[in-house]
Amino acid sequence: MNLTLDVWRQRHAGDQGRIVRYQAGGISPDMSFLEMLDVVNEGLILGGDEPIAFDHDCREGICGMCGFMINGIAHGPERATTVCQLHMRHFRDGDSLTIEPWRAGAFPVVRDLIVDRSAFDRIIAAGGFISASTGSAPEANNIAVPKQDADSAMDAAACIGCGACVAACPNASAMLFTAAKVVHLGVLPQGQPERKGRVKAMVETMDGLGFGHCTNIGECAAVCPKEIGMDTIAFLNRDLARSAVLTGNGRA
Amino acid sequence: MREDRAVTAATRSPPASGPAAPVLLPGTSVARKQLVAITGVVGVLYVLVHMLGNLHAFQGPRQLNHYGEYLRTIGEPLLPRSMLLWIARIVLLTAVTIHIGLTAQLALRSRAARPVRYVHPGVVQASYASRTMRWGGLALLGFIVFHLMDLSWGVHPHFVRGDVYHNAVTGFRRWPVTAVYLAAMAALGLHLYHGTWSVFQTLGVNRPRWDRAIHRGALTLALIVGLGFSTVPVAVLVHLVK
Repeated sequence: MNLTLDVWRQRHAGDQGRIVRYQAGGISPDMSFLEMLDVVNEGLILGGDEPIAFDHDCREGICGMCGFMINGIAHGPERATTVCQLHMRHFRDGDSLTIEPWRAGAFPVVRDLIVDRSAFDRIIAAGGFISASTGSAPEANNIAVPKQDADSAMDAAACIGCGACVAACPNASAMLFTAAKVVHLGVLPQGQPERKGRVKAMVETMDGLGFGHCTNIGECAAVCPKEIGMDTIAFLNRDLARSAVLTGNGRA
Repeated sequence: MREDRAVTAATRSPPASGPAAPVLLPGTSVARKQLVAITGVVGVLYVLVHMLGNLHAFQGPRQLNHYGEYLRTIGEPLLPRSMLLWIARIVLLTAVTIHIGLTAQLALRSRAARPVRYVHPGVVQASYASRTMRWGGLALLGFIVFHLMDLSWGVHPHFVRGDVYHNAVTGFRRWPVTAVYLAAMAALGLHLYHGTWSVFQTLGVNRPRWDRAIHRGALTLALIVGLGFSTVPVAVLVHLVK
């Protein structure tokens, strides 16, 4: 396969950045998108150029490190897929692809396609945890969790924090990410004592970091590689409304 | 002891480092959106009642003008004349001001949230209605001013105060006026479709098992209001109402 790539190149955070065109030749349809970029980078290195910088780690779709825009779609055209698990067979020979980093004020570009997502860590630090004494692991059946709740908690906990939701949102909102964390802890018995304080602190932090607000457009859920749904955002909205009406810090 | 630790950990939040946006009303972006939703509900109820009232036009001049007069006399003699009408106007004006003011503020924040735009923008599934809420809403604001000038304040070549039927018929006879009204009703339908579903989502009422029904209900409401309003100008234009 031969492809034309328009890739965002930016040397460092302060650099202006620009789109540079590359020809990718001899690409196997069985390669992943990142392997295709590896091939392009080998050519660049041999030619004495700087390789295209992109984040990656596990390359099996579970770590949340990789991700960029391909023709305006976060993680590319396949649903529920990270770019590392996106294979070149989904593209056609001769395709022209524009590759850009996530765009959000809260996600400054570090270099080329790499953005700094520590804003997500700050949202987590504001309440995305349970303050319980850590000791040896407790007996699993000490706290009974209804199957349905365990399932919804697990679905929300599937969020890998890749940032595609922010990138796809026209408002660069982090609502889907924040909501996934709020639901993940909010439906479990262990999450109840801090439930109201958590949602308030996390949303306030999200706002403070300069993310936009949610306009219920649904682009976030459509590109989420872990298929986190818009229902998590409704859950967050409900918990926040209750936390405003009821006092105290616990069960919303 | 354990409880105390839990409380401090959850309420602690790092210093906010984002841009200091002007604050119209205090609260998180979510709480402000919820106010936009509640004021939107006021608007939805109003347009529904307004649309149903307009249908009196099909009963003829006497009925429609009588309905117009009735709106001023509701509550008499307990309430002074036009009292309820003025209360409704004040509630509406307040709701619309909050609705637009908060939305403008949130929209400016969102604009600032993406300082560098995409070279190649893309849309995966977002509906036309959901993507045109802001511009469509502004267009509706412009239409509301035009509509008030046209049929309430009497900036209208054949305006006769109190003769609602006459004003409507002579107005809608001119096709450019009818075209403006029909375009505005299309915009209203789109705004109501995404807006009504959004109310349920933003207030946290929506559940996965109700989602489809709420979408359908919002579409039905948007069609009923949009088409219901459109019947009167179209009927006048094709001389069904004269």
